[in-house]
Amino acid sequence: MAPGLDFEKPIEELKEKIRELKSFMEEKDIDLTDELERLQTRLKELEEETYSNMSPWDRVQIARHMDRPTTLDYIPHLFTDFIECHGDRLFGDDPAIVGGIAKFHGHPVTVIGEQRGRDTKENLKRNFGMAHPEGYRKALRLMKQAEKFGRPVITFIDTKGAFPGKAAEERGQGEAIARNLFEMAGLKVPMISVVIGEGASGGALALGVTDKILMLENSWYSVISPEGAAALLWKDSGLAERAAKTMKITGPDLKELNIIDELIPEVLGGAHHNPEEQAKTIDQYLWDAWQDLNPFNPEELVKKRLEKYRKMGKYGVASDFTHQS
Amino acid sequence: MIKDFFVKKKKYVTVPSQKAKQEVPEGIMKKCPQCKKIMYAKELKKNLYICQSCGYHYPLTAYERVEILFDKGSFEEFDREMISENPLDFSGYLEKLDKDREKTGLNEAVVTGKGKINGYSTVVAVMDSRFRMGSMGSVVGEKIARSIERAMELNLPVIIFTASGGARMQEGMLSLMQMAKTSAVLKQFSDDGGLFITVMTHPTTGGVTASFASLGDYNFAEPGALIGFAGRRVIEQTIREELPEDFQTAEFLLKHGQLDKVIPRDELKETLSTVLSIHTGGGEK
Ligand SMILES: [Zn+2]
Repeated sequence: MAPGLDFEKPIEELKEKIRELKSFMEEKDIDLTDELERLQTRLKELEEETYSNMSPWDRVQIARHMDRPTTLDYIPHLFTDFIECHGDRLFGDDPAIVGGIAKFHGHPVTVIGEQRGRDTKENLKRNFGMAHPEGYRKALRLMKQAEKFGRPVITFIDTKGAFPGKAAEERGQGEAIARNLFEMAGLKVPMISVVIGEGASGGALALGVTDKILMLENSWYSVISPEGAAALLWKDSGLAERAAKTMKITGPDLKELNIIDELIPEVLGGAHHNPEEQAKTIDQYLWDAWQDLNPFNPEELVKKRLEKYRKMGKYGVASDFTHQS
Repeated sequence: MIKDFFVKKKKYVTVPSQKAKQEVPEGIMKKCPQCKKIMYAKELKKNLYICQSCGYHYPLTAYERVEILFDKGSFEEFDREMISENPLDFSGYLEKLDKDREKTGLNEAVVTGKGKINGYSTVVAVMDSRFRMGSMGSVVGEKIARSIERAMELNLPVIIFTASGGARMQEGMLSLMQMAKTSAVLKQFSDDGGLFITVMTHPTTGGVTASFASLGDYNFAEPGALIGFAGRRVIEQTIREELPEDFQTAEFLLKHGQLDKVIPRDELKETLSTVLSIHTGGGEK
């Protein structure tokens, strides 16, 4: 059982009470079925109440849960014949991004995803899912390969951001991300992204210029982490909870802003409560998106993709504007 | 007329700090932030805002850049009337925009238009770091995207002078999406055979570095310009390691293969017009 989060404490407490009552009934052989049923009804109500009233910050906590399924956890449930392919052919292999070829509902596909560790040891190996330029360049290599063979690309976004380090800057972190945005905008195959956990800044966008962006409802996707935003805006990273709300970073917020295309519901309490069940829902949404893109030829896909990004932004005209040159 | 902007701008001659204000008569003299030598503002302007004794390149306002780059009277501005909205209802954002409009005489952090450099026509976008630190919100992204599209219609090259602290926090994800938008339009422009040149000036960081700034057919920079993706302080906190003194300077990037050339400001016009001439064909028959 996954450890509970702060806002889930009342649920944990009630569950414990039910366990106690059950063992008491067994021990003493007393019938308290009525009381037990009452508590179980209350638990159901409490769960529904809690999980349908989650604040953005609650969702951020779920997105960061140590047991939340990662790219490599979903791949075996969603694809068959996955073969991981390594390296950018320029510098090295970045374990913070994984990618390879597979089949989706029997069709060839290229799969790429950001990969954090599932424990401390793996997190060190995978640099907490924060990629270097070679990670983004590996992703690009695999995308161009997908284009050559005419197979769609599915990407999974799950990163605290591009790694801020000396080596990353020396090897052109900015250029690596920029190149991905540029090339993805023109890639002549269907492309779908799924935001499965955290999605911070250019490091997330570097896998996210696609035809359809799906997002798990307890994921977040933002120009900067809530802590970073709070530090920059209010000089206090402790105000992250406020930033999570103000910056509009959760799935429901971003669906409303038309930044993402589909919001994928999660199992009660978050994907980590039942990864297998969660994968089934993701599969449905992915397959729907796949079939939506199916009728378009490469030129139409690129044109539609450009139109989608071209429209993003909100601006006005100065009302007191009088001196146009 | 463009002339009006210059007249207006004079009211806002920048003085580096309060301290400098006390030591140096405002407007007439300027103290170099690098070598501390004092120069006449007039002379400094004649020297393209390069310190005569140490070569420090003072940051330029967008219109100063336009003035020293383009053939006299050739510049024609695009979309000057565009202004930012407050898409996330961010408290205080509209007031901050107002303040920066007042301070800079600009409507936003980028000026776009077309003009002639030694007779060669080009579209240009010049960022101005005085306005919200040159951060990229919807208007910056949109003006840049439109200027690239206009270049495509007019069959002209695009030169972008970058100067940016990164994303416009107050516009959240819409700010991040400007990276995708500008890069997507540039891809279309590139596939169409368009010539795109970037000149990175101090400072060019964050989302601008990770989008159009790095996507030039030629990536140039001014000497000493700070250019990078992540901020130096963030990196120091993350890796707990001392960074070289020239870290993330134009010279550092050149050494690491990230730039085509570092060009001093007084050679910029010539170099750019040479590049433009190489791309317009012609030559002996
Ligand atoms: Zn000097």
